[in-house]
Amino acid sequence: MIKFLFARDTWQEVWDSLSKNKLRTMLTMVGVWWGILLLIGLLGSARGLENSFNRLFGSFATNSVFVWGQNTSKPFKGFQEGRMVKLTLTDAKIVEENVEGIEFVVPRNQNQSQVVRNFLSGNFAINGDFPLLDKVQKKKLIHGRFLNQSDIDDNRKVAVISEDIYKQLFEKDEEMIGQLIQINNMNFTVVGMFENGNVNMGPTSDIHIPFTTFQQIFNQGDNIGFMMITGKPEYDITQIEADAKLILKNLNNVHPKDKRAFGSFNLGKEFKKITGFLVGMQFLTWFVGIATLIAGVFAIGNILLITVKERTKEIGVRRALGATPYEIKRQIVVEAVFITLLAGFLGIITGGWILIALDKAFGQGDEAVIVNASVSIGVVFISLIILVVLGTLIGLIPAFKATSIKPIDALREE
Amino acid sequence: MLNIKKLHKSYPIGDSSLHVLKGIDLTVEDGEMVAIMGSSGSGKSTLLNIIGMLDEADEGEYILDGVPIKNLTEKKAAIYRNKFLGFIFQSFNLINYKNALDNVALPLYYQGMKRQERQELALFHLGKVGLEPWAHHLPNELSGGQKQRVAIARALAANPKLLLADEPTGALDTKTSHEIMDFIQHLNDEGKTILIVTHEEDIAQMCKRIVRLKDGLIMEDEKVEQVRASQYVG
Repeated sequence: MIKFLFARDTWQEVWDSLSKNKLRTMLTMVGVWWGILLLIGLLGSARGLENSFNRLFGSFATNSVFVWGQNTSKPFKGFQEGRMVKLTLTDAKIVEENVEGIEFVVPRNQNQSQVVRNFLSGNFAINGDFPLLDKVQKKKLIHGRFLNQSDIDDNRKVAVISEDIYKQLFEKDEEMIGQLIQINNMNFTVVGMFENGNVNMGPTSDIHIPFTTFQQIFNQGDNIGFMMITGKPEYDITQIEADAKLILKNLNNVHPKDKRAFGSFNLGKEFKKITGFLVGMQFLTWFVGIATLIAGVFAIGNILLITVKERTKEIGVRRALGATPYEIKRQIVVEAVFITLLAGFLGIITGGWILIALDKAFGQGDEAVIVNASVSIGVVFISLIILVVLGTLIGLIPAFKATSIKPIDALREE
Repeated sequence: MLNIKKLHKSYPIGDSSLHVLKGIDLTVEDGEMVAIMGSSGSGKSTLLNIIGMLDEADEGEYILDGVPIKNLTEKKAAIYRNKFLGFIFQSFNLINYKNALDNVALPLYYQGMKRQERQELALFHLGKVGLEPWAHHLPNELSGGQKQRVAIARALAANPKLLLADEPTGALDTKTSHEIMDFIQHLNDEGKTILIVTHEEDIAQMCKRIVRLKDGLIMEDEKVEQVRASQYVG
């Protein structure tokens, strides 16, 4: 068999029979070609979408939850229901120290304030932040720097603004670093400007000032607006959320079963929904692609079956000349596998072109919908193996059909 | 060379069956040239197919060159066909996408001969039928007579002991028929044993012996004075 596969005669026979019946060969190949093209195209696009999602969230610690205080809904330890719970820096510290699996706890403060520069003004979200924020919610700085520890220590009046704020408060192409803006009638020096994120997860991010400065100018004391809790990748964020809330209830004299005392937004959970959707899409792509591929291989089987009928006489002649049934079957199976593989290769190549075209059309720049649309070599390899196996199996049907006809009947066929 | 005793064959037709051969006894010696004649339905083609191992008898004995042909597997039949028999068909049965040379070389391919050797031998046989210049033409570029000559070359390529021809001139005009018969006679002169099925009297007269079938039985078996086809050629 091995010798047969490497014999020039074998391929001469295959080549003769395929090349002399071009239309038939072409039609046969279209099915598989289309199947593998779809598979590659779909898988590549799905990967591209996934990549673009990953890039969007890449700057964000997705295994996070935001927690803030609300009004209690149950009386507890002498406190009446409806009490406003205020989280404090101490709470944040205790949570960080006592909940298992926590990577960071970032306390934050936020309010809306009037911001003025020269004759331009607006109402923007002011965030009091620690430099740590940059770790969990990466800011893409275009100019200058983010807040640092000295800003916190010295209660500096510095601000990092978003590109949007710059557009509203500054003239086009105006230098912003070192310029002053007025927040709550106090002058702040702009030290950095960051790009607006592609997705805004959590609270709006307009202007960041040092946490301590925020405390001071808005009289916050130890209170914080909310905390952002980030879990280590291997820990379940839902569990961390539950643990953290329980500790917070304990610290703030809230009934353990009080569901309304703390509000939260579980980014990890939301993110999982999206990744779940991506996984679903991948599965669908595989399913559709492989189903199409199988349909294509069946098309090959179908056409081979017809051609066997058409070639009954030829097969009869060959058998009269001394071809054994095995030799006939072998020939048909090799033809089937060869044609499937050839069509498969063409499909992979054209599928690749489609991915290149997709990349050219949608994959350029930062706003790209599809990023690096591609399929792995492994996938290509597996689909080729599937093709060979299916090609062999599907080739066996016409092969057996061909040799089940007696040579005499085959010859009689006019 | 060939020994047949009490050969029976019937074909099922619906519920009943059609008894085509009803006990054929036939012996053919080496170097004979036998015509099998009969009207259609007389069983002549069936007999040829059984001799050619394309079909199997229901009953009776068939010995070819000392080898009993019985209960053959498809594989064995294929090997015997390749080794013992050369076929010439009425409709030539060339493979239309292979050129003359490759067609002639086909039985050699199934013998497992090497490509180079095969091509040389095929070219030699093509030369014998005078078609060397046409070696690389496809069948549809050849005339009917030329196609049949290619078929003869193919039948001869494997050097068979017995040449079986089923109405070899059936699809040819008279002049070409005579040319083909002239070829076949020459092959016989060289010692090849030949069996021809025909329903044309003048073709039968060009053989050395005529076996007449009717309704599945041999009616008449006579040696005849061979009419040479060469006198009509030229």
